[in-house]
Amino acid sequence: MNTTQAHPEVVQSEDVLSRQEQRSQPLYTGRVKVYPKAVSGRVRRVKWAVLGLCLALYYLLPWVRWDRGPNLPDQAVLLDLPNRRFYLFWIEIWPQEIYYLTALLIIASFTLFMATSIGGRVWCGFTCPQTVWTDLFMKVEHWIEGDRNARMRLDAQPMSGSKLTRKLAKHAVWLLISLLTGGAWIMYFVDAPHLVTGFVTGGLDPVTYFFIFLFTGTTYMLAGMAREQVCTYMCPWPRFQAALLDEDSLVVTYRQWRGEPRGKHKKGQSWEGRGDCIDCKQCVSVCPTGIDIRDGIQLECIGCGLCIDACDGVMAKVDRPLGLIAFDSERNQRLNAAGLPPVSRRSRLVRPRTIIYAFLITGITLALLTALTLRSQLDVNVLHDRNPLFVTLSDGSIRNGYTIHVLNMGQEERQMTLTVDGLPGAEITVVGAEQDDAVSARLNVTSDAVLTYRVFVSVPADVLDENATDIAFVFDDPDAGLVSSHDSVFRGP
Amino acid sequence: MPTKVEKDSVTGTETTGHEWDGIKELNTPLPKWWLYIFYASIIWSVIYCIFMPSVPYITGYFGGIWDYSQRATVEEQLAAAHQRQSVFLDRMAGLSPEQVAEDPELLTFALAGGAAAFADNCAPCHALGGAGNPGGYPVLADDDWLWGGTMDDIMVTIRHGIRSDLDTNTRLATMPNFGSDGLLSREQVAAVADYVLSLSGHGDAGAETLAEGAEIFAAQCVSCHGADGTGLHEFGAPNLTDAIWLYGGERSEVIAQVNHPRLGVMPAWEERANGQGLDDTTIRMLTVYVHSLGGGE
Ligand code: SF4
Ligand code: SF4
Repeated sequence: MNTTQAHPEVVQSEDVLSRQEQRSQPLYTGRVKVYPKAVSGRVRRVKWAVLGLCLALYYLLPWVRWDRGPNLPDQAVLLDLPNRRFYLFWIEIWPQEIYYLTALLIIASFTLFMATSIGGRVWCGFTCPQTVWTDLFMKVEHWIEGDRNARMRLDAQPMSGSKLTRKLAKHAVWLLISLLTGGAWIMYFVDAPHLVTGFVTGGLDPVTYFFIFLFTGTTYMLAGMAREQVCTYMCPWPRFQAALLDEDSLVVTYRQWRGEPRGKHKKGQSWEGRGDCIDCKQCVSVCPTGIDIRDGIQLECIGCGLCIDACDGVMAKVDRPLGLIAFDSERNQRLNAAGLPPVSRRSRLVRPRTIIYAFLITGITLALLTALTLRSQLDVNVLHDRNPLFVTLSDGSIRNGYTIHVLNMGQEERQMTLTVDGLPGAEITVVGAEQDDAVSARLNVTSDAVLTYRVFVSVPADVLDENATDIAFVFDDPDAGLVSSHDSVFRGP
Repeated sequence: MPTKVEKDSVTGTETTGHEWDGIKELNTPLPKWWLYIFYASIIWSVIYCIFMPSVPYITGYFGGIWDYSQRATVEEQLAAAHQRQSVFLDRMAGLSPEQVAEDPELLTFALAGGAAAFADNCAPCHALGGAGNPGGYPVLADDDWLWGGTMDDIMVTIRHGIRSDLDTNTRLATMPNFGSDGLLSREQVAAVADYVLSLSGHGDAGAETLAEGAEIFAAQCVSCHGADGTGLHEFGAPNLTDAIWLYGGERSEVIAQVNHPRLGVMPAWEERANGQGLDDTTIRMLTVYVHSLGGGE
């Protein structure tokens, strides 16, 4: 341990190699384990708050109940794959409406792009599951094995009873959290209370167990072992975020113009002619990805801002202004270095890129909301028979067969009248339906179901003047005041 | 093997002792992860050979401790499928096709089972959906039936066939070769054909020919086709007054049919050769299906 001559009572210098320094070693060295030091400060507090919020949302959402009436699941958010329904509070999505989810994903991506262009890697640093669970796992590790130095010492020690106990305890807690996490994931697909009772009594099917343990395993691996390697090597996001950032985006920045030339500083020494960075490497030691932010913006930096807290702590102790490391833009660095004032907050936020994103997000959101409010609870699909295309009846008239699927997504039964439009003199027969006359049929469409009808339409041959006539099936629901028309074709010789 | 192990001065790795143009090949060891996976695969394959079918003998093979066989699995799955179907099959036993059609659940099952059996057995002649084929394979989706279109008629036809030599109870009727056997002269055949066409308002023969045709029709044809030409299901005699012609409605086609009739044959599905006949339930499901195609009476 390398203790500074300067400020020995306040700031301890860290003996760490940053990733940049490690890079000067040959290629293909093994991973150097990162021992991030615990830190406290403003960013850390925000991070704890976001972490609490995200985890609470994730673990508790499946337990929110939502009454949908009998025979339907009462879980507010449920992706019911076996029955092919997605439930989101009051919205019930059928397979053919899956594009609503697409719209939701597009909105989410553009929001992510916009957040990135304004605030850099805020997603990575604060809300990404990888960051959130790694943070949680590190907290557990800190709690059981102690802080950076204690952990490094422990790992260097030969195996002993107390080391074994600590390690076992840590992994046990990790595995427990992982199991809860993997289980909670399945709760979005299987009714939550049913899943818990089933898990405890061993009554779940093997596939469910497989997925619970799969996600338990991935949580344990990714948050416990792989950690920053996921961000550096596995995740595609760091690769293309460069295209989303510009010189006005806020990124975690070491203000070089203020910090350099860096150097050790003794208490009472003048700050004239030198930078504010006292080269204590606190920023490196707290970094969960093990880099030195003073080397500039880097692929590995997840923008967690913990180095800001670390350096602010140091600056407070040596009595220099805070914010040597801060969320700031590249343009501001240039302006500051040239002695000019930074750009205003407003012109940093409002620029073509963010305007376009905001425009797209609003547009797609509006489109989605409109589609959701206007969506019909009734879907009709008309299939014209191919075998036979048409049949000549004994009186010479021509008959076509149709299979009509009526899908009632609503919760009420509907009474509808079916007629045919576009063929004068057409008669209609619906197998198994009540008919008052030869040109219309009454259909009882039960709620939340798909019904299939066989429909025959026939006309005298002399009505047809071409071998394909466009017709429409008209569904009239007087109770709901709803008339819908569905195109098809009538074929003749 | 080189007698003396030489080390590369730059990397410190042993060389293989091979040298090409001054370049020596390093004997870099295999990556550990690779090696461990390799060992694990060997162990795995031994375990696999013990539990699963593995070693071939001259006749047969070692089935492994678990004696697993995909064929047996398929048989189990088939048995399970039959088990599931048997619920419906049992319920259907002893019910007439009409009774089956009245029970919505059985109807759905019978229509699906009937459609499958139809595609396997009937579609080669009658085409999918009963669309029929030219040249004497009747459309089953229209409202015209040679031997009757009630459930019972259809079932008898399927069960015993038409002019089938497999079944003594088969539907049997014949039409004389009026022309080729010399019962009628060429002119008489033409006259009766003209008369038949005129029954459905076709043809342009003169009153004299029609009168002659009517006379011959009354003498030769009414016993089967009826005095008004509307046919008789008992003899499979088609209705000659409608718009449907099994062997074509052109004058030449009608003449050919009077001259030397083509008589269709359909196998007796209950009695097909080698005990391959359809079982009773399948025949009933087929009946319900054919009846549903659009023409059932
Ligand atoms: S940037 Fe701040 S924390 Fe990092 S070495 Fe310099 S003074 Fe220390
Ligand atoms: S450099 Fe700073 S912001 Fe970036 S990952 Fe490290 S601690 Fe977080």
